[in-house]
Amino acid sequence: MRDVAVIGIGMTQFGELWGKSIKDIFVEAATKAIKNAGVDHIDSMYVGSMSSGLFVGQEHLGAILADYLGQTPIPSTRVESACASGGAAFRAAYFEVASGASDIVLAGGVEKMTDGADVTEALATAADQEYEVYQGVTFPGLYAMIANAHMNQYGTTREQLAAISVKNHRNGANNPNAQFRSPVTLEQVMNSTLVADPLRLLDCSPVSDGGAAVILCSMDVAKKFTDTIIKVKGTAQASDTIALHSRKSLTTLNSVVTAAHKAYKMAGVTPKDINFAEVHDCFTIAEAVVYEDLGFCEKGCGGPAAEEGRTAIDGKTPLNTSGGLKSKGHPVGATGIAQIIELYEQLTGQAGKRQVKNAHIGLAQNMGGSGASCVINILEAK
Amino acid sequence: MISPKYHREIPQRYRLEAGKCKACSNISFPPRLVCPECGKNEFETVRLNGEGKLLTYTIIRVASDKFFGKTPFAVGIVELKDGVKLTTQIADVDFDKIKIGIKVKLVFRKIQDEGKSGLHCYGYKAVLV
Repeated sequence: MRDVAVIGIGMTQFGELWGKSIKDIFVEAATKAIKNAGVDHIDSMYVGSMSSGLFVGQEHLGAILADYLGQTPIPSTRVESACASGGAAFRAAYFEVASGASDIVLAGGVEKMTDGADVTEALATAADQEYEVYQGVTFPGLYAMIANAHMNQYGTTREQLAAISVKNHRNGANNPNAQFRSPVTLEQVMNSTLVADPLRLLDCSPVSDGGAAVILCSMDVAKKFTDTIIKVKGTAQASDTIALHSRKSLTTLNSVVTAAHKAYKMAGVTPKDINFAEVHDCFTIAEAVVYEDLGFCEKGCGGPAAEEGRTAIDGKTPLNTSGGLKSKGHPVGATGIAQIIELYEQLTGQAGKRQVKNAHIGLAQNMGGSGASCVINILEAK
Repeated sequence: MISPKYHREIPQRYRLEAGKCKACSNISFPPRLVCPECGKNEFETVRLNGEGKLLTYTIIRVASDKFFGKTPFAVGIVELKDGVKLTTQIADVDFDKIKIGIKVKLVFRKIQDEGKSGLHCYGYKAVLV
């Protein structure tokens, strides 16, 4: 397989985009990415979307988006891995370029969640319908059960989880594309409405519309377009049981552990070499657990990490400099691609007030369901 | 009319029927066609005993439309004595009495109403022993 680079990025504002359809949102992001890369064509495209069928009643998304982007007859496929759909689309595009089948491929993601669907029910389809959701469990509920188990096993505190939300809102305040650009205090998080005990409203990522796209190409092609080469250094994906209750541990996400191990091996790095990471903080507890399972610290240290500032922009391992899903927003299928965009902006020194010093290697961790899918991509500035 | 989707699950929801692997004795609930422990595919049907302990829980305050009007309600993950783990509502209990590790047993209860006709759908819920 040959080396692959990311040479262009584009995304929409994340938020409640009532005036825009799923097509408008995707085309805006994809057009920006194509223009940003400076390419005159793309050979194919992959689009991550969790549930366009339930959210807006539109399937066959690959074709309709290629059509409205003016890209027919290139191959265009929608990729679905629940909330990891964007990351999975990126991997599909990566392999198409790495294999030599195509030179320039667009990887995008989009979700339109505010068109009136029962969002809680639609998101719950990422869990086991008959043996989890039938009982009334929601996604906040599943992560709340992880949180209670984590608190019981490791002594993680409510304040530590709140510190994750505070940190991500602080970062998102400096991200022009973020849904929420307002810092929140520890007290605001601790006093926000209970959603599923112990998780409160400000522990949860929001319902969002948004699109994101990046252009991948072979290293030879990349050198014709730019001097700042951002190389895809490692990519891996893993699965776990769909139901949280089927797992041997309720406080370790094995898909994260496995995908991380494979991605580090492919990239030839260890967790210590990662300068910063975008992780899937659909709920505050998820960031704490993922931080541990990526190998950045021992099990049980995910809570104290945010409280002690280790994951802040000026900390040892900055996490979610974009604001994460919590503050930037979580248009489900777009999230994995938006993480890649933050990596690209950091690695090319374009992150402004969010810029991490000495950002050479970044990691993006995107997961679906309660961790039944996990995609990890590692990018490096060459 | 009862839906095929609901009807298929009745042995599990009404009678706690599981599949015990003839090769490694691992019990799968619901039954599977491939044993997740050893990969073999011959099973005998066994009924779960229904007693166990609570591994974790939450109180659902915001539910999907299907559970509108039912909130708040407690759900948890229960590990049964047979080693099977499952997700279930926890019924007939003050929320502040729910703790990780408490002993529970599964009982037969109404879980939800299906569709516009409001067909009653049944299954198991956990209660304190």
